[in-house]
Amino acid sequence: MRHSVRGRCARAAAVAAALALTAAACGGGDGGGDDGGGGGDEDVTMIFGTAADPVVLDGALVSDGESLRAIDQMFEGLVTLEPGGTEVAPNLATDWVASDDGLEWTFNLRDDVTFHDGTEFDAAAVCSNFDRWHTFEGSFQNPAATYYWQTVFGGFETFDPNSGAPKDSLYEGCEATEEHQVVLTLTKPSASFLAAMALTNFTFASPDALEKYEADKGEVDAEGIFRATGTFGTEHPIGTGPFKFVSWERNNRLVMERNEDYWGDFPGNIDTLIFRPIPENAARLQALQSGEINGYDLVEPQDFTTIEEADELQLLSRPAFNVGYVGMNQAVEPLDDIAVRQAIAHAIDREEIVDAFYAGQGEVATQFMPPELFGYADDVTTYEYDPDKAKQILTDAGYDLPVKIDFAYPTDVSRPYMPDPQANFEAMVEDLEQCCFEIEEKSAIWTPTYLDNVDNGRYGLYLLGWTGDFGDPDNFIGTFFQSSQKAWGFEDQEIFTCLDDAETETDQEARVTKYEECNRLIMDFLPGVPYVHTEPALAFTANVSGYQPSPVSLEPFSLVSIES
Amino acid sequence: MFKYILRRLLLTIPILIGLSFLVFIFIRTLPGGPGIALLGERATAESREAIERQLGLDKPLFVQYTTYLGNLVEGDLGSSIVTRRPVMDELLERFPATVELGIAAMLFAVAVGVPLGYLAAKRYQGVLDNASLFGSLIGISFPIFFLALILKYIFAVKLGWLPSIGRLDVTRSIEHPTNFYVLDAIIARDPSALADALKHLILPAIALGTIPLAITARITRAATLDVMSEDYVRTARAKGLDPRVVDRRHVLRNAMLPVVTVIGLQTGLLLTGAVLTETVFAWNGVGSWMVNAINNRDFAVIQGGIVFFAAVVVATNLVVDISYAFLNPRIRYS
Repeated sequence: MRHSVRGRCARAAAVAAALALTAAACGGGDGGGDDGGGGGDEDVTMIFGTAADPVVLDGALVSDGESLRAIDQMFEGLVTLEPGGTEVAPNLATDWVASDDGLEWTFNLRDDVTFHDGTEFDAAAVCSNFDRWHTFEGSFQNPAATYYWQTVFGGFETFDPNSGAPKDSLYEGCEATEEHQVVLTLTKPSASFLAAMALTNFTFASPDALEKYEADKGEVDAEGIFRATGTFGTEHPIGTGPFKFVSWERNNRLVMERNEDYWGDFPGNIDTLIFRPIPENAARLQALQSGEINGYDLVEPQDFTTIEEADELQLLSRPAFNVGYVGMNQAVEPLDDIAVRQAIAHAIDREEIVDAFYAGQGEVATQFMPPELFGYADDVTTYEYDPDKAKQILTDAGYDLPVKIDFAYPTDVSRPYMPDPQANFEAMVEDLEQCCFEIEEKSAIWTPTYLDNVDNGRYGLYLLGWTGDFGDPDNFIGTFFQSSQKAWGFEDQEIFTCLDDAETETDQEARVTKYEECNRLIMDFLPGVPYVHTEPALAFTANVSGYQPSPVSLEPFSLVSIES
Repeated sequence: MFKYILRRLLLTIPILIGLSFLVFIFIRTLPGGPGIALLGERATAESREAIERQLGLDKPLFVQYTTYLGNLVEGDLGSSIVTRRPVMDELLERFPATVELGIAAMLFAVAVGVPLGYLAAKRYQGVLDNASLFGSLIGISFPIFFLALILKYIFAVKLGWLPSIGRLDVTRSIEHPTNFYVLDAIIARDPSALADALKHLILPAIALGTIPLAITARITRAATLDVMSEDYVRTARAKGLDPRVVDRRHVLRNAMLPVVTVIGLQTGLLLTGAVLTETVFAWNGVGSWMVNAINNRDFAVIQGGIVFFAAVVVATNLVVDISYAFLNPRIRYS
């Protein structure tokens, strides 16, 4: 039997390839994060699984969670929030004071801070950043790009009627009165702006780097999208934070390293921090289980039990910072009658719904803001589940039962405060119909129809909610009730005035009292039925410690340690 | 042959223009727009309108399409509204990932499927034949998503033999001149990086290649049985030719014609993105990219991506057709 030389070579090559693959396969899975703690000289690496890649590492131009998470580690602002809470704390500003008329805010700055490029942080840098934001033009005024500037301050120096940005601005100007003192001037009194200064969007970049790496340079393409040509937000995001940028391979990894010259405390032991985008929930969990990552965010409720039961994993809950509610549009009769609104509140078994559909991560809401936020009132009027009482209220008010009303829910969506809208809806409809109502059921696709319909007052009852942007009641009840809106369909000057006064009150203690009063007023008036606050969850390997879940997701990795 | 190739390439142009128009119209009929997708419940009516106005979506469709076509001719596929980066840049980053995974999956499918189908045919109605038929049925029916999760659970989570996500260990740094990680590791002369890249390919390639393997095995088996019953094969055997020569020159070579067609078509499909596999393995290819784009109403990405895929499929089919001429000398293109 003869064998050709070519045949022997081919077989040998095939065997060699198979052996190589086998050798590679036996190498084992990835190691997620080096050991920490014990080996002092060994670099400690933390790998965190994120749901998506950042958009750009420039706080002024983003509104998505993953960009903000990354920017949080490298940039800082005047103030921050206490870890795990919403109380404003000093950061790059050591202290501050508002003028009597509330228009001027004087901030004293730290004098021992440098940017990652070695340039000094000072009052001029603060004003340079504020002026940059205020003078954004063209595509930069796109609401998707500068959502938070527009939410907090409103308009820009140049008004562009096509941009969608408001004409008026809360921001007047910035003045460096001393080397380490700035005065921010507002166009009208606002105390909510202080908490908003803790937002990642108002953190400071090195002015030298902004210019050198052409942060605002680019071109607008034929479709109106600004394409940055500068590299500030992609290769040189230079701030003052506890971590410094190392590299960013799109959709693969964002690498940061410990800032050895950091001015503040760095109690954690992380030397290298890597954010790894893993869009799919099950993939993030399996990566955690296999040790390829040390932690991840946005844990799905169906995974809570798996994580809690695994000795090598741990589940952490974020304090609730959202609210789910049944909205009531008083422009639709008979919702303009307080008796009907009260009856609806008494007819819905909120506790049963929260127990059934929130996997233990929900708590029943009594008002339109979460307990974590100052101004939360413990003594608002509550509406316990009592269908008999609901019937009584309606009959006393002269209604024939059942009372007819329409009720809408969104489809094709899951929100943190409403993971399964249809389930919530069906349970509520059953409660209402068993009591004293006849419901005309409506539904629409979340975008754009449902939200359009709600905004334009086309529904009577509707399911909706809100997740807070920053730690101020104005971002909750101010957003909902400070002015007349078609979604709510009412004009109540007492509530509007209460919220106006609370927003402009610069004395913090007085503000707290004022907001508590507003919450009582609102729950007496009952424009809607708040029913849930939910606690999103993060998962880590058991050897991770120090992570402080924050209601607004302001979570510094400088506090985190990995133990061997 | 040259004229044939040229004609086929020229025909591609009207195909792509027609397809771009259909896609353009279709995605603009989808409910929702980028305004809502970017801001969610924070989007007011004014901000939604402003975003869409800035993107030119308030202009007449004809104007929008003309602008788009003009850019397309210059190779500009527009920009992603989410990432604000040129679509072409993102394609060039992600397409190699999809190609690398697709090639690995097809190599797996062909390396196992062709010999399996051939041997099954040779041992017709034997144990191997019946087992391969049964296995093919399982392979075609088993959902990729579920198979991928099971493979990850067994080999990554429980045994720890293989990684569960990504293309490379996230702590490893190598240059990526081509974005084909295997090739990049070879260029860098880094054996450990090469092993790492190959290791990351194993599970996704098996998950993705299972269905093509099953199909390839079945087609090979059927084609081989068909050719083995031909007169010229019987004649060759009757002439006393070495059985291995008969198998190689007469049976296998002729049986490969339909097999090549199927392999080519499947490769073309795989090159346009294996959505489920890429999603489960966090593989940064074009499939998962397109799904995100549809969810975000990222029009430029959807349009650019589909036109690009169409070009890939057309090119793949052309390569398949040309390969016929080499497999069968009687086929001539003129």
